[in-house]
Amino acid sequence: MSTGFIIAVLATAVTAGTPIFYAALGELISERSGVLNLGVEGMMLVGAVTGFMAGSITQNHWIGLLAAMAAGGAMGFIHAFLCVSLRANQVVSGLALTIFGTGLSGYLGKSLVGTPLPDPFRVVDIPVLSNIPVIGPILFQHDILVLFSYILAPLCWFIVFRTRAGLNLRAVGDNPGAADSLGVNVFLIRYVSVIVGGILAGIGGAYISMAYVPTWMENMVAGRGWIAVALVIFATWNPLNALWGSYVFGGIDALGYRLQAIDVSMSPYFLKMLPYLFTVLVLILVTQRNMVYRIGAPKALSVPYDREER
Amino acid sequence: MNTPCLVEMHGISKRFPGVKANDSVDLRLFAGEIHCLLGENGSGKSTLMTILSGLYKPDAGQLFIHGAPVTFHSPRDAIRAGIGMVHQHFKLVETFTVAQNIVLGDRKLSFVPNMDQVESALADLSRRYKLAIDPKARVWQLSVGERQRVEIVKMLYRGCETLILDEPTAVLTPQETRELFSILREMADQGKAIVVITHKLREVMEIADRVTVLRKGHKVAEYTRGSFSEAQLARAMVGKEIISRIRRQPSNAGEEVLRLEKVAAFNDSGGRLESVSLSVREGEIFGIAGVAGNGQRELAEVISGLRRISQGSIYINGVDMTGSSIRQRISAGISYVPEDRLGTGLVPGLGIVENVILKGYHTPAYSLGPFLKRRDALSKSMELVSKFNIFASSLESPVSMLSGGNLQKLLLAREFSSDPKLIVAVYPVRGLDIGATDAVHRLIIEEKEKGAAVLLISEDLDEVLKLSDRIGVLYEGRLAGPVNREDTDIEELGLMMMGASGEVASGGIGSC
Repeated sequence: MSTGFIIAVLATAVTAGTPIFYAALGELISERSGVLNLGVEGMMLVGAVTGFMAGSITQNHWIGLLAAMAAGGAMGFIHAFLCVSLRANQVVSGLALTIFGTGLSGYLGKSLVGTPLPDPFRVVDIPVLSNIPVIGPILFQHDILVLFSYILAPLCWFIVFRTRAGLNLRAVGDNPGAADSLGVNVFLIRYVSVIVGGILAGIGGAYISMAYVPTWMENMVAGRGWIAVALVIFATWNPLNALWGSYVFGGIDALGYRLQAIDVSMSPYFLKMLPYLFTVLVLILVTQRNMVYRIGAPKALSVPYDREER
Repeated sequence: MNTPCLVEMHGISKRFPGVKANDSVDLRLFAGEIHCLLGENGSGKSTLMTILSGLYKPDAGQLFIHGAPVTFHSPRDAIRAGIGMVHQHFKLVETFTVAQNIVLGDRKLSFVPNMDQVESALADLSRRYKLAIDPKARVWQLSVGERQRVEIVKMLYRGCETLILDEPTAVLTPQETRELFSILREMADQGKAIVVITHKLREVMEIADRVTVLRKGHKVAEYTRGSFSEAQLARAMVGKEIISRIRRQPSNAGEEVLRLEKVAAFNDSGGRLESVSLSVREGEIFGIAGVAGNGQRELAEVISGLRRISQGSIYINGVDMTGSSIRQRISAGISYVPEDRLGTGLVPGLGIVENVILKGYHTPAYSLGPFLKRRDALSKSMELVSKFNIFASSLESPVSMLSGGNLQKLLLAREFSSDPKLIVAVYPVRGLDIGATDAVHRLIIEEKEKGAAVLLISEDLDEVLKLSDRIGVLYEGRLAGPVNREDTDIEELGLMMMGASGEVASGGIGSC
């Protein structure tokens, strides 16, 4: 295998990993506050179709992105209302949103199938950085959303682990009763986290339809939302781990396509299966390690909070 | 009193589905006093203080702070008004450090907190009140006593003037209790009002400047220091004269029933039971004392078969039962009264009849092939209900509707009706009122007199001393002792609970 091939695979790993990263980051923030969001897949799909639609109509990818964020945020709000205010079962609510999002996006996108996006996100040239040999093409010859994720991951890490807001967030996810008794607004923090999670899932979805593939196909998120949910566990709820972890998943995805392209005699269906197989493997490994060390998971994850519960 | 009234609660009522937890309760707290709030479980003490701490909203009534009427919408309001509460189940984030826990929710903190600065401020605070804490330690690594100190510092950090402690001594050894009381006195002398919620008369006698007694949600009495006796308090708390009919009979120990040889096991959170050896004989109560969380649950589960052991062996009536299943152990005559009666002991959603046959539904007594003998089960249940004085509206409605005392009597009825050879009872009277406690104790003693071997695990030293013939103490998964009841006292057991081994500590004076 030539260096050119490896660089190409790695560069695709980054773009393929980016939608997973945005979705996983959103899931991570939501789970840090104690709310499990299994609706990511649906939120990504709705984000993807709204972004594509708004982008097509206005011929402006920024407006498309904003529309995707709004759609994801709105679905996050529904999830928050059901899980935080009504204390519904978070698994059921999340699954319902995924089913809803899948159906809604298919319906909305019917007439869009096959149409090209007039103004997709394009590669931006960063002077100096893009020209570094090897690293330049892998990390920096990308569109603005990829570049933004490099800033977003450390920024979120800093907020979660170094600021007062992060302290509140983690306390709410670990022991909402303790946080509440000290005057931390558990409901507000959970609402904000779940909505932010929805917005990020919307960006992840929009990235697929507006930058990665720039077109719309029904169910084009293809399980990346579920991979994002698994990735959060793999990343032990740490935004920096989520960044490189998403590239691992993206890399396996990319490798499948690239191997096909260079005519490796393997069933294409098997190659497409790789990321999901890898997800299963990672989940088995990580949950076992977690069993031993009891680290990671926010203690109150998926437990609704009720102040007057007796 | 001439000192200023810090807090006044006037006509507070609070209703929960099915119960009136507080019914028009008045309470006044003054600076510089230690005020005990006395009452049985379910009398509404904790509810009243949870209202004062801003977590619950009262249905009726008014709060006054420094004479001005206030309404708390959240704990933040209460904290701002100088009220801090140390809950019975500590409200600490275990994965956080001590310092992080203390500053959590503090809006005066900068957005990117400088934890070094916070930690040194906390060190000062802990010196001033003689509350030793390590700001850098992670909470999950701390002992219960240390966690309690963290909770107290947390409230002092917020500048509270009124400090409420809910059953603060439940998790402490007698020595730690004394230390806590002297800290509380010191804080009262510095002008704070301290509220101690308790159901232990001895503690009230020891520290209370004033005491308010609650019963079934009503305030029934208020005394100031010197104007009350232990008997008076007991009468006010229970509402009738209580004469404990429990008298420990000298043991008449026979054959060995249970023997543990160097048993070791792991628990869920990485702690362990280490090399525990003990033997319990017919007609004897072997008491296990110790602060909860030192291996009590693991010990009980190892014997009943719920937890696998990693080393050692268990013999019942001389037969090696180390690898036996739970059902084999039940047939060998083990009865198990677990600590959570509604989780492990009974099935909350099933009725009395179904819970009664839970252990023996597969035996010919209750089943015929694949079918249950409903009529036999029903008549057995009716027999047990009348024999054990269980009050229930129906035999079929879910047992989760029963009160704690009736639940425990039902559990004991099922466990004791099979003429057990060995009884493992974990915290059998936790959360019960005085009447129910007495009934449960009497039942246990009855079984002992019938010849059962009893392993009684309890965190209440008075209970252990009242019932046991021999006593061992669990500390960090190791068993100290055993010592004979006649040769020991509360002081020695307290030392053993803090890790002094039985041999070193023994030679104590046989008092009480």
